[in-house]
Amino acid sequence: MDWGFILERTISTMFGVEVMVFALAAVGLNVHFGYTGLLNFGQVGFLAAGAYGLGITVTYLSWSFWIGILFGVVYSIVLALILGLPTLRLRADYLAIVTIAASETIRLLVRWRRSKEITGGAEGIGEFADPFYDVSINPFSVGVRYEFGPFSYVGRDMWVLTVGWIVLILTVLFVKRLMSSPWGRTLKAIREDEDAARALGKNAYFYKLQSLMLGGVIGGMAGMLQVIQKGSIQPDTFNPVITFTIWAILILGGPGRTWSPVIGSMIYWTLIAFLENVLRDLPEGASETLEDTIGLSDFNISQVRFMLVGLGLLLLARYRPQGIFGSREEMALDDR
Amino acid sequence: MTADQPAPAQPVNPVAGAFDGVDPEPGVPKPDPILVVDDITKHFGGLRAVDVHHLEIQRGAITALIGPNGAGKTTFFNLLTGFDRPDSGSVYLNGESITRVAPHRLASRGMVRTFQLTKALTRMPVIDNMKLGATGQIGEHFWQALLPVWRRQEAEIEAQADALLERFNLTHMRDEYAGTLSGGQRKLVEMARALMTDPTIVMLDEPMAGVNPALTQSLLGHVKSLRADGRTVIFVEHDMDVVQDISDWVVVMAEGAIIAEGRPDDISADERVIDAYLGSHHDSDLFEEFENEQANEQDNEPGSPDEHA
Repeated sequence: MDWGFILERTISTMFGVEVMVFALAAVGLNVHFGYTGLLNFGQVGFLAAGAYGLGITVTYLSWSFWIGILFGVVYSIVLALILGLPTLRLRADYLAIVTIAASETIRLLVRWRRSKEITGGAEGIGEFADPFYDVSINPFSVGVRYEFGPFSYVGRDMWVLTVGWIVLILTVLFVKRLMSSPWGRTLKAIREDEDAARALGKNAYFYKLQSLMLGGVIGGMAGMLQVIQKGSIQPDTFNPVITFTIWAILILGGPGRTWSPVIGSMIYWTLIAFLENVLRDLPEGASETLEDTIGLSDFNISQVRFMLVGLGLLLLARYRPQGIFGSREEMALDDR
Repeated sequence: MTADQPAPAQPVNPVAGAFDGVDPEPGVPKPDPILVVDDITKHFGGLRAVDVHHLEIQRGAITALIGPNGAGKTTFFNLLTGFDRPDSGSVYLNGESITRVAPHRLASRGMVRTFQLTKALTRMPVIDNMKLGATGQIGEHFWQALLPVWRRQEAEIEAQADALLERFNLTHMRDEYAGTLSGGQRKLVEMARALMTDPTIVMLDEPMAGVNPALTQSLLGHVKSLRADGRTVIFVEHDMDVVQDISDWVVVMAEGAIIAEGRPDDISADERVIDAYLGSHHDSDLFEEFENEQANEQDNEPGSPDEHA
């Protein structure tokens, strides 16, 4: 086994596109769940809203890419209102049901044959992202591979990553500032006990709606960055597994903590890449033994690495339920 | 430990004598009512949970709402505070209707409540629990929250919160998570937090429930101090002996209706109350239970913290 090679390939994922996109999506979910206690099981719906808001504006309406970005944000807000207005007055679990259903509804609606003219149906949308790479301030050349020590990215990704990480860090700081304000204090109070907040004069419904919109817009931005990097919008990439991955990342980092979505995403994707690289580069004897005993082959390595990550999450839930950043004492206070 | 430090010195009663000319009859008018209830009803399926014909609450007094379990006290409380909607009837606060007004709007109108199951915001520090109670903090609006415009106001609120923590002997717990407090301390935090809204009328739902008897006297002292501040207090309780001590006026509920009203002495002599509320156990169970509690209290080492969480 060539550990140097394994580490080299693994380490580049640490600041890669997936880490950046999922961290941003998890920042949005952290606003929902970590700070407000909202059970949003359809975060991928917001990613889709952002992505299609951008794609439809550019290809169907033929408006500029930058107006498309604006529409991605608007679509996310509209989705938050559609989900929140009828459900946030009800018990918390109603939002959970509605969000998971809505995110699947969105996916099925955009890939529907009859919406093909607008959303591109099952084939999706392409050729909308060029203005992003053509801006004059982009210092990177598309074809060139850039290397810094162990990190290595192609020029196209370099520009997405630069913009993406700046957006991510600014968003985290923005959320941090909000959550240390009286507005954020009210959200946390609603998370702890909605009725207590209402008795003290806080309009819990309105705050929850604001929280849903804020986290939704952040999710929408993650969706836009994802499809800008891909250069195309595919409806089936917005499947529920994405939502569950975002949840895993947030729980891994520890909900309600400033940097936990970022660190959680780094750990999650680095672990996935590490396992993949190790499994693909096992010494001869080991790989044959594994193939004979559990049937491990090149075809199912990607499934096996998810199983191993799942096992890791189980162990985390057992031995460190508060996540990487959470405090055990705070967790114990939950048992009321 | 401050949890069971002695109660503040007996505060004066600013409404002493206010009830002198009032007949101990259900629905009787009061000299200066702050809260008036008319024909309020609430049904849960076929069950008539609340059916109150008329009730007036005297301004500045401590009014106890008592009754056996299932009498509809808490439901009635929820109807008054907007947490539940009545099927019919009206509630007036200072002459203005507050029927079906959302609960969060009542805080700015001067009404605040606490809960039977204490709602300390467990994963927030005590000081944040307190600061949450302040009304009108402009930093609670999304866009203002991003700018430093609320900092000065926040400092004033913090000073106010610290003063209240001092008054409730909670200063040493200021930066602890509220979830680490004992049951009695949580009751105190909830009461202190309610005062942050500067209410004219404080609604306490079973303020003594689940509290170590050693702390009860301290809590009662704090309730009396609310009256000394000029605030109106309504509290729900089912322990007759607590009621005797601190209330100016007692309202008795049974099966959703008000069956008696009067000064504490009127109530303890009232046959209807003894029949409906205390039943045949008047001289045995309830009284014995109280004596046992007092005996336990003496067994406890003085100064031991309230372990009841």
